[in-house]
Amino acid sequence: MTPTKHPIPYLSGLALCVALASCVTINIYFPAAAAEKAADQIIDEVWRQEHGSAAPAQKPAEK
Amino acid sequence: MCAPRVSIWFKLFVPVLLAMASGASFAQANLDIDTPAIRALTASMQQRYPQLLPYYASGAVGISHDGLVALRDAAAVPLPQRAQVNALVAADNQDRIALYRDIARANNHPEWEADIQAKFGERWVAKAQNGWWVQDATGAWKKK
Repeated sequence: MTPTKHPIPYLSGLALCVALASCVTINIYFPAAAAEKAADQIIDEVWRQEHGSAAPAQKPAEK
Repeated sequence: MCAPRVSIWFKLFVPVLLAMASGASFAQANLDIDTPAIRALTASMQQRYPQLLPYYASGAVGISHDGLVALRDAAAVPLPQRAQVNALVAADNQDRIALYRDIARANNHPEWEADIQAKFGERWVAKAQNGWWVQDATGAWKKK
């Protein structure tokens, strides 16, 4: 390989474009942690639970 | 002068890897669940819960792995109550599906509905009381 011709940077540039494209794709992901937090909030409200322990006989004072 | 070949790769790929790593480490913003429709569905399910509770306790109604409820043991329900229990289960499932759909839409990602349903499926089972019947990922029922 001569010092003036470097095919590797061209290949690397192509790989970089692919990597960047996949970066954009990665950003459109499902926020599992936020969904878990939202689910827990709603489930606690539906099942009238505080910290996972149900008190079905309670009539909680709702806000 | 003659730089070693490895430095070209470093210059190109290390920034890309750092960008990907930093993107993955961003904290996730909360989902919006404070719309009138979502509040109404939550209230509807909350009001129905005391009627379903004895059937959760008896094992007649179980928590499915896909975020719904199911009459898993009709024999555990006295005959005169069967129609009512079927109606409660159907109504609750209708609310649940609407909830998962509305949460996805409230956050401008209708395509998230299936993921939201799956996540709720996990959490309903996790938060179910001991003694209730829950379904695992293979579809098998077991007493929690």
